[in-house]
Amino acid sequence: MALPTLLALLGVLSSFLHPDIESLSHLAQYVLPQTIKNTVFLVVGVGAVTTTLGVSLAWLTAVCEFPLRKFFVWALILPMAIPGYVMAFALVGLFEYTGPVQQFLRETFGSSAAFPDIYSYGGVVMALSLALYPYTYLMVRNAFQTQGLRSLEVGQSLGLSVRESFWRICLPMARPWIAGGTLLVMMETLSDFGTVAIFNYDTLTSAIYKTWFGLYSLPAALQVASVLLIFVVVITLLERKSRASQRFSQTRSSKSVAGRIHLSGSHRWLALLVCLLVFSLAFVMPVMRLLYWAVPNMNADLTTQFWAYVAGSTSLSLIAMLMIAGLALLMAFTARTYNSPFAKIVVRISTMGYALPGTVLAVGLFVPVAAIDNALGAMGLSTPLLQGTMVVMLLAYSVRFMAVAFTPLESNLLRITPSIDAASRSLGVSGIKMLAKVHLPMVKGGLLTAMVLVFVDVMKELPITLMTRPFGFNTLAVRIFELSSEGLWERAALPALAIVLVGLIPAFILIRKSDAR
Amino acid sequence: MITRMLNSKPALATLAVSSIILGLLSACSPPSEPTSQIESVENTEQNDALVVYSSRNEHLIRPVFALFTEETGIEVEYATDKAGVLIERIKAEGKNTPADILITVDAGTLGYAAQQGIFQPLNSAAVVERVPAHLRDDSDYWTGLSLRARTIVYSTERVNPEQLSSYQDLGGSQWQGRVCLRTSKKVYNQSLVAMLIAEQGEVKAESIVSSWVANLAIPPTSNDTKLMEAILAGQCDVGIINTYYFGRLQEKQEKQEKQEKQENLSLALFWPNQADNENSGVHVNVAGVGILKHSKNAAQAKRLVEWLVSDSAQALFAGVNKEYPINDSVEINPQVASWGSFKQNPLPLSQAYVLQPAAVKLMDRAGYK
Repeated sequence: MALPTLLALLGVLSSFLHPDIESLSHLAQYVLPQTIKNTVFLVVGVGAVTTTLGVSLAWLTAVCEFPLRKFFVWALILPMAIPGYVMAFALVGLFEYTGPVQQFLRETFGSSAAFPDIYSYGGVVMALSLALYPYTYLMVRNAFQTQGLRSLEVGQSLGLSVRESFWRICLPMARPWIAGGTLLVMMETLSDFGTVAIFNYDTLTSAIYKTWFGLYSLPAALQVASVLLIFVVVITLLERKSRASQRFSQTRSSKSVAGRIHLSGSHRWLALLVCLLVFSLAFVMPVMRLLYWAVPNMNADLTTQFWAYVAGSTSLSLIAMLMIAGLALLMAFTARTYNSPFAKIVVRISTMGYALPGTVLAVGLFVPVAAIDNALGAMGLSTPLLQGTMVVMLLAYSVRFMAVAFTPLESNLLRITPSIDAASRSLGVSGIKMLAKVHLPMVKGGLLTAMVLVFVDVMKELPITLMTRPFGFNTLAVRIFELSSEGLWERAALPALAIVLVGLIPAFILIRKSDAR
Repeated sequence: MITRMLNSKPALATLAVSSIILGLLSACSPPSEPTSQIESVENTEQNDALVVYSSRNEHLIRPVFALFTEETGIEVEYATDKAGVLIERIKAEGKNTPADILITVDAGTLGYAAQQGIFQPLNSAAVVERVPAHLRDDSDYWTGLSLRARTIVYSTERVNPEQLSSYQDLGGSQWQGRVCLRTSKKVYNQSLVAMLIAEQGEVKAESIVSSWVANLAIPPTSNDTKLMEAILAGQCDVGIINTYYFGRLQEKQEKQEKQEKQENLSLALFWPNQADNENSGVHVNVAGVGILKHSKNAAQAKRLVEWLVSDSAQALFAGVNKEYPINDSVEINPQVASWGSFKQNPLPLSQAYVLQPAAVKLMDRAGYK
C-alpha cells in the first residue's frame, strides 16, 4: 500500500532535479514567510478548537445524560458531510458586512462596526473547525463509549470526583483517539484549498496552486509541496511521541456496567445549550442556506441527470469504503503482527497521502500510472488497461484516504493485548482466523468509524475524481465544482444538499450500531 | 447490512473478496455510454467520437457540443478539470492520449500548453479569416473562441462617471479608501496586470498596482460578485470586474424587481482607457482552443475548431456565458449589447504566457493579496 503513495511522494521530491531557482527565490522572499506563518497558525488553531470541541462533545454524549442527548449523539456527526468550502461560504454569507446579521445590526443600532470581521484568522479557524471537529468527535466518542464509564468507576473506587477522574483517568486513556482525530484534522487542514480560498487566507497549499497555475512552474510548486511534507512529518512524529511511552490495553470487556452520569439542574441545560449551539452553527445554518438557494431551482434541476450524479457518488463511495477499510484492516493487522521498524515506516508513508493537496496527489499518481500504461501499450497491448477505468480512481482514493481508515483502527488495535494473541494461539486460532474471530469483534467500533469517514470523504473528494473519472461519469462533488467555480452557488446548493443527505445514512447506521450496546 | 456482514464468520474474507470483485466490476464497466459511441460509428466516416479536455465548465460547453453533434453527426466526449491539471494529464498520456482538443479559459494557459509542446498548428484559413490576429496565437497553435472584458464597475449613487478614466487612475488620490479589488490569485487579475506591464513597462505597472492596494477600502474579495455586493452595501465605490458577472447580477435583480419591486441596480459599467492612444483599451482575455499533437482524429478536430468560430456556434458559445463573440460580425446577446461598445486593448494575447508570471510576482511584491 505504501508503494503508490511512495510513487507520488517521489514525484514531489524528484522536482528537486530541476529546481526553478527564479520562481523559488521569488517565493522565498515574498510568499513563503507569510504563508508558512499562516499555515502554522491555522493548523494549531484548528487543531486546538477541534480537539476541544470534539473531546467535550464526545464526553457529554457518551458519558453524561441530558435532554435530547440521543438526538445529539448522531446529529453532531452530520457537519462532516458538509464540504469545508460550503461551510465557509455559508458562514461568510451570514456574517460578512453585506450579510443578514450585520445588516440587521446596522438597521437596529445604526452601525455594525463592533461586529468582528469574518474575513479574518478567527473566521477561517471557525469555518474549518466546524467542518472538521466531527473527525475528532467520532474517534474520541468511540473511546469514551467503550471505556469512559468503566474508567469513572475505577476513579470512584479510588475516591476521585468525576472531574478528577476525567482529567486523571479518562482523558489520558483516550489519548490515542484524541491524537488520532487531531492528526486527521491537521492533515486535512494542511491540504485544504477551497475553504481558505473563500477567506483569501494564504497557506502553503494556496502557494502551491499559485506557483503551478500562476507562475506556470510545476517544479517550483512541488518544491513548495515538499515544505508541506515537512509539516506532515513533524505533526506525525509529535503524535507518535505523545503516546510512545504508554501502552493502552483494556483489561476487561467493554460492556458498560454503570449508567450515565445524570447532570444536575443548570448543568443539564448548559450541556444542551453547547450541543445546540455547535449543531446550529455547523449544520442547521449551512443547510438552511443551501435550502434557501436550492428550493427555487429545485424543479428545474431535479433531472434524471441529477439522479445519475447521486448514483455515481453513492456507488463510488460504497466501493471505495469497502476497499479502503479492508486494506486498512489488513495493514493494521499486519503492522501489529510484524512489529518491525520497516513495517512502521511503511505504515507512516502510506498514510501521508491525506495531507497532500488533492490536485498534487492526483497528478503525482497519474503520471506514473500513465507511464505504465504507455509501456504496456508499447508491448503490444493495444487498449490502455489502467486509464479511463475505475482502477486508477480507487487506487488514488486508497492513497488519499488510507490515513482516514487506518487511524481509528489503529487506536482500537492498541487495546488488544499481546496476551489475547497468545491465548487465541494456544486455542489453535491464528492468522486470518484470529483476525476474523478475535480481533475483528474487538475493533468493530473503529472499523465502523473508519468506514463512515471514508464514505463521506470520498463523497466530498474532488481533484482525484476530476482527473481520473471515465468519460461521462460524474459525481455530486464534480457537479458542485463545475457550478461553484463559475460563481453559480445557487445552483450548486442542490448537489451539496444531496451530499449531506447521502452522508446522513452511514452516520445514522454507525450511531445506531454503536449506541445499541 | 455492513455490520451484519462483519459479524458473520468469514468476515474479512467476504470483505476482501467483495471489494476486489466490486473493484474489478467497476473496472470492466466504466459507466460511459457505449451505445452513443456505436451510433457515432454509423453516422460518421471515422470511428471515434471526438474527445475534448476542457477547463471551461460542463454546463457552458454541453449545449455547444450538442449543437455540433446535431449539425454534423460527430459525437463529442469531454472531461473537465483545471487547465494546469489537464495539461499535465495530456503530457503524461503522451502518444496514447484519448484527447483531440484542449479548451481553456485563459490565453496564458493556452500559451503554456503551446510551450509544453502539446499542440499542433491549426493551419486553418477559416480561423485566420474569422479571428482577429491579436486574439490568436502568432505561432498558430491556438485560437480564441470567446472574449471577456474586464472593466470598471461603479456605484451610480456615489460616483460621477466623468471622474473615471483609466485602470491606472484608480490609484489616484481621489479614490483613497474607495476601491475594491478581487484577489490577485484569480487569473483575470493576473492577465490584467500583464497587460499593464505590456502597456506601461514593469516599473510603472508596479507603482500602479501599489497605488491600487493603497486605495483599497476592504481586503481583496474572493470573487467578482462579492465585489459588486460590497459596492452596493457602500463599503467601496469602484472596482474592476468581468462584464458577465455584472450581467448575471443584472438578470437576478430584474427577476426580483418583477416579484417584489426591488430598486434598480445602482451599479454601472465604465469602459476605461478609451483615449486615442492606439496601444490602449479595455482589457480582454479569451477562452480558446488548440488541437493536440497526438490527436488521432486531427481532421475532425479541425472541423470542430472551425465550426466553433462560425457564426451559429459563436452566438451560442459566447451567449451562454454573456461573453462577447470572438468576431464583431456576430450578433451580440441584447443584454450584453446594452452595455455599449468599447475599444479593446490590442495587446497580442500570445504574450500573456510570458507576462502573466511576471504579473504574479509583481503583485506579490506590491502586497496585492
